[in-house]
Amino acid sequence: MSDNVSIVIVSHSRDVAKGAADMVRQMVGEEVRVAFTGGNADGGLGTDVAAIIAAIESVYTAKGVAVLVDLGGAETNSEMAIEMLGDGRGDNVVICNAPVVEGAVMAATEAAGGASLAEVRATAEDFQS
Amino acid sequence: MAEALIRALIAAANQAVAAHRDELSGLDRAIGDGDHGHNMARGFGAIAEAADEIAALPFGKALQKAGMTLVMKVGGASGPLYGTLLMAMGKTGDEAPGTVADAAAALEAGIAAVKQRGKSDVGAKTMLDVLAPVAEALRAAPPDPRAAARAAADEGLAATRDMRATKGRAAFLGERSVGHLDPGARSSALLVHAVCDVLEKQ
Repeated sequence: MSDNVSIVIVSHSRDVAKGAADMVRQMVGEEVRVAFTGGNADGGLGTDVAAIIAAIESVYTAKGVAVLVDLGGAETNSEMAIEMLGDGRGDNVVICNAPVVEGAVMAATEAAGGASLAEVRATAEDFQS
Repeated sequence: MAEALIRALIAAANQAVAAHRDELSGLDRAIGDGDHGHNMARGFGAIAEAADEIAALPFGKALQKAGMTLVMKVGGASGPLYGTLLMAMGKTGDEAPGTVADAAAALEAGIAAVKQRGKSDVGAKTMLDVLAPVAEALRAAPPDPRAAARAAADEGLAATRDMRATKGRAAFLGERSVGHLDPGARSSALLVHAVCDVLEKQ
């Protein structure tokens, strides 16, 4: 697999996160590694720091990881997860200020071309519906 | 002894949150996503379950461990926010605060960390609108610190009713967030009261 920027999708809902990840995979196939997580530790709506850390680690590359989040707690929990990664890996992980579905698709499309993390992030954040 | 104090604080906080779980979620339903009480109950329940392990630690480390438990278990924004509060307070020293000024300093450290984590400040209809006035009240070295802390928490909470939310899910509501108490401010006030109740019995 080529070393492209990876994508992590974090939603309050596992179904939303999985659906967004499915859309990304359909767009970019195996070119970009995508992980998703949704729901709290009890399986209800929410986000789970441990699961976010695991999702990031599952696709981590020094090239970078772009994280797409939906609402409030997903962002706060993702920030916490990134800080807790350790070994300086958090420096290579960014949260994109973009809508989760559109942002993930745009970020993955950019990443598939070998773009840098900054380029991937900019493309996701420039997205205008 | 720190161990007895830690156990008492854990029990009181867990009890307060559990007893007001539905009220907190009800407040959150009005201006958020309706899960604050349940999230907090899950988090503080997890702390209570780990009480033996946590109470064996020095006070500051116990706060940090409790904070990390909230981060990992809550599932909403309140996890990292309350978790950050406790972790930052715990990092101010291994010993439990010995004076009111020490307590104020620890709380101030926690508040500073919460502001950074939440990218927020006083006046945005959040937990900070309770915690900051409490720290300020303690900083003034009042003759009855517990009464001053409780009063500051109650006044801070009441003031959130007329505030317009600019952070979190409630920010989407804009002006419609006015007229509701903030659920995070309510849970903070509950915890301030719980801590004061414990200290009164020491």
